[in-house]
Amino acid sequence: MTSLHKPGAAADTLQGASRRRRTRWAPLPLLLPALVGLAFLVVPLVALLVRAPWRDLPEQLASPEVWQALQLSLLCATSATAVSLVLGVPLAWVLARTRFPGRGLVRALVTLPLVLPPVVGGVALLTALGRNGVVGQYLDQWFGVTLPFTTTGVVIAEAFVAMPFLVISVEGTLRAADPRYEEAATTLGASRFTAFRRVTLPLIAPGIAAGSVLAWARALGEFGATITFAGNFPGRTQTMPLAVYLAMQSDPAAAIALSLVLLAVSVTVLAGLRDRWMTAS
Amino acid sequence: MTRSARRTRRMLQVSGLGTAALLTLSACGSSDSGSSSDTSDSSAKKLSGTVNVFAAASLTESFTTLGKRFEKEHPGTKVTFNFGGSDTLAAGITGGAPADVFAAASPKTMKIVTDQGDASGEPTTFVRNRLEIATVPGNPDKVASLKDLTGAGLKVVLCDKTVPCGAAVRTALDAAGLKLTPVSYEQDVKSALTKVELKEADAAVVYRTDVRAAGDKVEGVDFPEAADAINDYPIALLKDAPHTEAAKAFIALVRSAEGQKVLTAAGFLKP
Repeated sequence: MTSLHKPGAAADTLQGASRRRRTRWAPLPLLLPALVGLAFLVVPLVALLVRAPWRDLPEQLASPEVWQALQLSLLCATSATAVSLVLGVPLAWVLARTRFPGRGLVRALVTLPLVLPPVVGGVALLTALGRNGVVGQYLDQWFGVTLPFTTTGVVIAEAFVAMPFLVISVEGTLRAADPRYEEAATTLGASRFTAFRRVTLPLIAPGIAAGSVLAWARALGEFGATITFAGNFPGRTQTMPLAVYLAMQSDPAAAIALSLVLLAVSVTVLAGLRDRWMTAS
Repeated sequence: MTRSARRTRRMLQVSGLGTAALLTLSACGSSDSGSSSDTSDSSAKKLSGTVNVFAAASLTESFTTLGKRFEKEHPGTKVTFNFGGSDTLAAGITGGAPADVFAAASPKTMKIVTDQGDASGEPTTFVRNRLEIATVPGNPDKVASLKDLTGAGLKVVLCDKTVPCGAAVRTALDAAGLKLTPVSYEQDVKSALTKVELKEADAAVVYRTDVRAAGDKVEGVDFPEAADAINDYPIALLKDAPHTEAAKAFIALVRSAEGQKVLTAAGFLKP
């Protein structure tokens, strides 16, 4: 949880601590459950590697559908992260730096998609933005825009479930950052927006980076809201998780192969970015 | 490691105890119903116990009706259902789920169970299902044939080819020599229908029984090519059925004239 709230700060402390007591071992009552926990999380992934159809793998992965799904997944997850950044950072700032009645409620609402079953998110999006939805019917009537069954729909579904990760991460970093730097900037004549842009943003950059990585990873794995809101069409709305799910119905070997690709991409990005950004001071 | 092993064992013991308690409870339940039916009634065969039926989702409405009728005809019995996608149910049965009867939406999914040797005797086809086009109420786009769905500007959803209804749709399209590009390939027949019910899609190709079950939320349009893509529904008694007699009687009811009446009323065809 700590790492969710202020990943930068938490990572710093951890690194500092390990540097100071490198040789000390954790007590057994802590170490054993920790190892069981680690095994619990890692064994299923290892099982994927064990059962992977290695011989047929090149053939499975060479199919254009797989590349289509992977490309679409990467494109949509990145777009959803961009949407989350544009909307989520200001939202986090408002939550962390301003006072208004009902702020606690707003924060609870923002975190709701974190605990909501993704399918419920998809149903909610459909009733709001669908062709017949509360808002969607006007989009259709006035602009001729319908969102379900489109790539934009995928991005919206992914942003809906991923943005809270970014908001929480950035808000935590903002709370940890000293507001006096911004105050100093404003007393020196900068407007509040300039202070945000020139002082606050650089200050919370690690938190934003950490939040972006979390949001991106969540968007990449999104399934329930996507299949409910955007449907499943190869090349347009069929992302990797959808391809995996449907492959599982008819060809489990193909599903394992697809899962491996998604796993490899996620691990590469998470490992690469975590090292560079999350532990940067 | 020994310590962790011991801990794991203890955890397993605790959960084992819980399972045992549950099993005892359920055993009590079934033996109770067994003793209550000991007082012999008028019916020729004394039946008792719970019949656990795994059935395709499309059978939900008609099988629920038949289950109630069965319980009434055979006091002391109980019929419980597990409705779902045939693939999922088949996987559950081969994985050891406690089922007495399996009713699948396609011979292919039934084959998963028979190949594993989990069925007792040959499965028999008890109904057949036919495809139908579902449109939004009033059919504003004037869909009258499968060909009309290929028109530009119409949002059509189909089942994915991995599920039985998708395979049937593909057969029908091939028979008609048509190429149809939907907006989405849905993961099951119910979610395809839901997209039309919500008016997010203009039409879907689903089973006639689903159109019937949806009432006036959708409008059904029959098309001739559906005759080339009829789905057979097989039913089978499972090998490890704990209540074989009652399970046999339930299958008999499904196949009887009385059972067929309920099923045809739901839109199924006679085999």
